[in-house]
Amino acid sequence: MTPKTAPPRSTDRPLKAVYWVLGKIGGGVFVLWAVATAIFFGIRMIPGDPAQAIMGGPGSQASAEALAQARADYGLDQPLAVQYFSQLWRLATGDLGTSYSLKIPVAEVLRELVPPTLTLAVLALLVAWVLALAVATASIRSGAVGRALASGLEIISAAVPHFWLASVLIMLFSTTLGWLPPVSTQTPAGLVLPVATLALPLAGFLGQVMRDSMLDAHTSSFALSARARGESENGVLLRHALRHAALPGIALSGWAFGSLLSGAVVVESIFARPGLGRSLLSAVTARDIPMVTGVALLSAATYVVIMAFSDVAERLADPRIGTA
Amino acid sequence: MTEPARPAFEVANLNVFFGAHHVVRDVSLRLEPGSCLALVGESGSGKSVTARALIGLAGARSTVRADTMVISGRDVRSLGQRAWRKLRGKDVGFILQDALTSLDPLRKIGREIDDTLRLHTTLSPSQRAGRVLELLEAVGLDDPVLRAGQLSGELSGGMRQRALIASAIALDPGLVIADEPTTALDATIAAQVLDLLGELRRQGSAMLMISHDLAAVSRVADTIAVMQHGRVVESGPAQRVLADPEHEYTRRLLRAIPAGKPRHTRLSPGPVRTPAPAKAAVSATAPVLTASSLAKTFKARGRADFAAVSNVGFQLLPGHTLGVVGESGSGKTTTARMVLGLLAPDSGSVELFGKPWSKLPESGRRPNRPLLGAIYQDPLSSFDPRMSVGKLLADALSSGATRNPRAYSGRIAELLGLVGLEQTLATRNPETLSGGQRQRLAIARALAPNPRVLICDEPVSALDVSIQAQVLDLLDELQRELGLSYLFISHDLSVIRHMSDHVLVMQGGVVVESGATEPVFSNPQHPYTKALLSASPELVTGE
Amino acid sequence: MSITEHGISPENPVPGVHPPATLQPSTPRTPTGALTRWLRLAFPVLVLGFFALATIVPSWLAPFDPLAINPVDAFSPPGPGHLLGTDESGRDIYSRIIYGARPSLLIGAAATAIGLGLALVLGTVAGFGGRWLDAGVGRILEVLFALPGLLLALVFIALAGPGVGTTVVAVGLTTAPGYARLIRGQLVALRESPMVEAATVLGRSRAKILFTHLLPNALAPIAVLGTLGLGQAVVWAASLSFLGLGAPPPAPEWGAMLSAGRTYLSLAWWMTFFPGLAIVLVAAAATVLSRALNQGGEK
Repeated sequence: MTPKTAPPRSTDRPLKAVYWVLGKIGGGVFVLWAVATAIFFGIRMIPGDPAQAIMGGPGSQASAEALAQARADYGLDQPLAVQYFSQLWRLATGDLGTSYSLKIPVAEVLRELVPPTLTLAVLALLVAWVLALAVATASIRSGAVGRALASGLEIISAAVPHFWLASVLIMLFSTTLGWLPPVSTQTPAGLVLPVATLALPLAGFLGQVMRDSMLDAHTSSFALSARARGESENGVLLRHALRHAALPGIALSGWAFGSLLSGAVVVESIFARPGLGRSLLSAVTARDIPMVTGVALLSAATYVVIMAFSDVAERLADPRIGTA
Repeated sequence: MTEPARPAFEVANLNVFFGAHHVVRDVSLRLEPGSCLALVGESGSGKSVTARALIGLAGARSTVRADTMVISGRDVRSLGQRAWRKLRGKDVGFILQDALTSLDPLRKIGREIDDTLRLHTTLSPSQRAGRVLELLEAVGLDDPVLRAGQLSGELSGGMRQRALIASAIALDPGLVIADEPTTALDATIAAQVLDLLGELRRQGSAMLMISHDLAAVSRVADTIAVMQHGRVVESGPAQRVLADPEHEYTRRLLRAIPAGKPRHTRLSPGPVRTPAPAKAAVSATAPVLTASSLAKTFKARGRADFAAVSNVGFQLLPGHTLGVVGESGSGKTTTARMVLGLLAPDSGSVELFGKPWSKLPESGRRPNRPLLGAIYQDPLSSFDPRMSVGKLLADALSSGATRNPRAYSGRIAELLGLVGLEQTLATRNPETLSGGQRQRLAIARALAPNPRVLICDEPVSALDVSIQAQVLDLLDELQRELGLSYLFISHDLSVIRHMSDHVLVMQGGVVVESGATEPVFSNPQHPYTKALLSASPELVTGE
Repeated sequence: MSITEHGISPENPVPGVHPPATLQPSTPRTPTGALTRWLRLAFPVLVLGFFALATIVPSWLAPFDPLAINPVDAFSPPGPGHLLGTDESGRDIYSRIIYGARPSLLIGAAATAIGLGLALVLGTVAGFGGRWLDAGVGRILEVLFALPGLLLALVFIALAGPGVGTTVVAVGLTTAPGYARLIRGQLVALRESPMVEAATVLGRSRAKILFTHLLPNALAPIAVLGTLGLGQAVVWAASLSFLGLGAPPPAPEWGAMLSAGRTYLSLAWWMTFFPGLAIVLVAAAATVLSRALNQGGEK
């Protein structure tokens, strides 16, 4: 039995906000701790010498000195608990260790890699948003054609792998037409293909979700009310439907950003673009555990922060959330 | 009124098609300025489509044809989109059912009302803001400044409906069309909204009111037109139509209204099943169900505790119906859930046939579960979507041992017959049944274990009037035939009055008045009972 | 019963739910003709049937030995001799795609099984296990979500080393958290449904309700998820092979073929295009089929 009146807004809003922030920070710290812990014990669960694993597995043919160095670095001769807590302490103080393949501190490498990946992901998210809104609007306004277009994009977004889309785009725009460089250069032109590769599938997905929400708003009672007030179709779209369409897009943006980070692994390596994804891949290939740990922690932290932002954005965009 | 009165609107031979579906057929209506025409019909009668066609919003896939279609003296048949937009909101105000969905949940109330002014006037934003506040005050909202800044979700149902009315009357349109303006509201709130609409009419607006409820419109309408299957089957002055209906369908609708019909009066046409002498002679007088000082408080984190039910007690006598009436939030359903053993009371207890019930663990209740059945407002959601009608009944008959309808074909046929469903429906999925058939199936399933008591929670609230009449008649027959006892819950006072031997009037989780039905309602003591009674739509006829 | 019926859809996420990239609401908005409805079923059935046949008896469909090196024919463009052209060693691309169906699809199927199996356990525990277990599982999922998609798979491979077996587990791990949340949401919605209340009133025990009402009704959406997941898993697995972390090079696995073709992208586009097309066809067919199933369930 729900009372028809909405419950009154709580008066202790600032306190609630503090709790919310503390909760988010706590959740984030937990996630980082769990990732670090999983990797720490993961290495030691693999049969064989952990020092060997840290140095890149048996295939790396690490010298005895290097192995001894790794043992000393990781305190592998000490009890497990001591190793674990000193590792956690190092990570907590920002010491991510030294990359075994690059021989420089991981933190330094990461500092270099964050801006290019962030640029790529943010641009792709923006492009995907614009495309998605365009697709949603087009499908509302143009009937069958728009729906067919939207439906096609939907299937593409679900089925086309990034690596294939990238290859096709390179074949088309670099090899055949020669318009754009196949390798990501520092110029804006060099960003077009990587961003397009990441943005197109995401746009298909966001577009589908926005289209449904927009169609719901467009056929809703409140849109009928607006029309009955004399509102034009453009007015209904602008003042009502667009905002409703944006809501699920905002709600999904945190998740979308995560999928972009994942896609960056493929895109950065195809377009030979420096960034987190490509470095993670080479670190994985070289089994450079400190580097993998660093990238994993950084990605997780980014994801936590983005999710928190997305949460705030959702609350700002939808005044209904948080009043209940 | 010196010049000859120009009708607020007039249509002749209005036809609306959705593809091959002919949903409105040759409808002719005329409304004089300052008067109120009620267009009454059940779901699917085409009444709402007629209203939407009048403002050119029947939908993109519709075809509208008419010999005459004049609104405010203008032939609207050849109107372009731009001209239509000028007409809507300015010459015709439109009020939809359920303001929760008819106001944009993301926009402030003030903005929604302001839209009408913005679209049709050249007033400055500050002038419009002032006018919005005046309008909010005019429709009876307290603290207009606060309301204008709120979202529809922050307002109660009645306040929302008032705000929606404000947006429709912002420019004093000569014609106001209200589509089921009070259907989603509690009776007392609905009465207030109807009063507000009546006041508008006195100020000179003509009003077309769309409704499924003859009783509700009887107090405001000057003229009534009754629609069935897309046609107007009868129209005329309200008094005449209500007192002396000419068409069979109108008579059926009037008969179906439970208000003012004594207990056991049939509301629906059709053969009366000769009530077999009660199988179980109802001679015992010990109560079948006793509730004493039930209380339930819901605790939610970050919110004040909500006392849903406090100190509710009653007795249900064998073969009797105890009606529980109250508006939303009154604690009716919480009480029902405690009686059904789905919710443990914080204090107090329920006894079934004098033995502990609510205090038992679920495993202790289970052997006696067959004594107690339940039917709900939305029967479909209480059926397993994977099961056909026959399987549902077999499952209920076998206590869940089998779902093979063949094992119980005899009993299934008997049950279907008992509730007036055709035998051929046994293989169908409940999803494909109509609302009335679904509720009959729910009753059949509840009767399968041979219960002595049925808990009926708003069993007819989602049904059209004539279907409601059939289901109420069925419940009445079954009660007499099987000697059942009912705990009957409804927000609708006239349904409760028609069905109950005793009543509980609930408000805010408390029983404010109780006793034998007729004494309570003919001589109400509590102010809330009085308010409910005066708000409850009754036929206002010349009789 | 469908996945979207209880409002667990991307546009209406259960608080904190991150749907897998392809789980989209499938509300049929337009009256679709018999032809499109037929296409919706025929397309996925034909595509998946073809590749299933290729998985079981590739020799029926493939004209050449997928591993036979024939340097004379290297880099032949698509034509009558070699339908889809040849690669740098003169191996027939079409035959390699046919033979590649088995490793590609089996890896996808195994990964889906692992992902769904894990998700089923986590989702059921969270959905039925009470408040504390629900919160605990929620935390675990939160951690898995923090390394989205390939990142989680890569971290796992970094620990366990590359290879086909690792790929299967890694892809399973990657897809599990999204499905787990969906299954949990599905079960919670079912658990709270009036159907359960009605069964309780009819005197059914909790166990009886779980086994006769809840699980059977939850299974249909899980079948839909599995179909959808298969397409996704094939794509993920191919991505890992493409990155050089899956099947080793000479094997005719689709992702590995693409990876090899990358070097010759400007020279022989068909080496990249057609294996990729096979992946796209399988993934699209799985998506379309899962939607058809979902709608069929809705009726």
